Amino acid sequence: MLKLTQWLWGLGLLDSAWAALTMGALDLELSFPCQEVLWPLPAYLLVSAGCYALGIVGYSVATFHDCEDAVRELQSQILEAQADLTRNGLCF
Amino acid sequence: MASTGASRGGAASPRPPQGRSSRQDKYSVLLPTYNERENLPLIVWLLVKSFSESAINYEIIIIDDGSPDGTREVAEQLEKIYGSDRILLRPREKKLGLGTAYIHGIKHATGNYVIIMDADLSHHPKFIPEFIRKQKEGNFDIVSGTRYKGNGGVYGWDLKRKIIRLYRKEVLQKLIEKCVSKGYVFQMEMIVRARQLNYTIGEVPISFVDRVYGESKLGGNEIVSFLKGLLTLFATT
Repeated sequence: MLKLTQWLWGLGLLDSAWAALTMGALDLELSFPCQEVLWPLPAYLLVSAGCYALGIVGYSVATFHDCEDAVRELQSQILEAQADLTRNGLCF
Repeated sequence: MASTGASRGGAASPRPPQGRSSRQDKYSVLLPTYNERENLPLIVWLLVKSFSESAINYEIIIIDDGSPDGTREVAEQLEKIYGSDRILLRPREKKLGLGTAYIHGIKHATGNYVIIMDADLSHHPKFIPEFIRKQKEGNFDIVSGTRYKGNGGVYGWDLKRKIIRLYRKEVLQKLIEKCVSKGYVFQMEMIVRARQLNYTIGEVPISFVDRVYGESKLGGNEIVSFLKGLLTLFATT
């Protein structure tokens, strides 16, 4: 099954469960505090998911490893390569 | 005890145990190039150095797509310097795309492993012996370089998805058959397909150096096309 289809299935199931509970289709006598939390739950989860995603991206960007020595090493090796190749007859 | 000349049946030469055979392994590096006149000699020099220092059997296949800047001439000089058994020139007449470059390259590869990388020095060949060691260690089908773990990192912010990977030759052939995307999304698709086919994938931390860091390449365009590619993969695999 395609990833997209999997997600649509999963979200569809969750949404129907939520709709059933909030509209009283299952004839459950839920206490008022329960209903108060349940109703905005999808919106709340969506916003949390967005914040989480942004948080991860921000954290990764901030802690991304900078490799300064790699640049220095590469630059010195480039000089070495150019000298060696010219010795072997390469016309740059 | 005269020898009758008859062979003792069943005494096949011992096959080297997994994880240690390196005498029969040959590594083919596929280098698609377009306008890499300056970088090509450098990357080839570094490749030759890394392979020779670790006594690894290799060949470098340069697939030039009709570069107007003289890349092909430089490649011919490199072939003279290092020998045509090490440097294989398999050029094409014009720019035909990365996927077809790999297909073309594999046809001429005589190694049992294939390494795919960019010719622009964004990845240093010194990591290749690491890749080889890792592949033997875990008997992986694919080993990919990652900038996000271990000692991996970057210098410069080029968002273009440069990839360096080691594949078993037959695995790469199978994956190329199955992939349908174009451009660098194709590289991402390869990993998705590989997972679906249950191939094992190992990772090696690498550093990515943007040699011409300083020129602004951070375009919103790159981000948008990357996201588009990601969504396409999400909806089609």
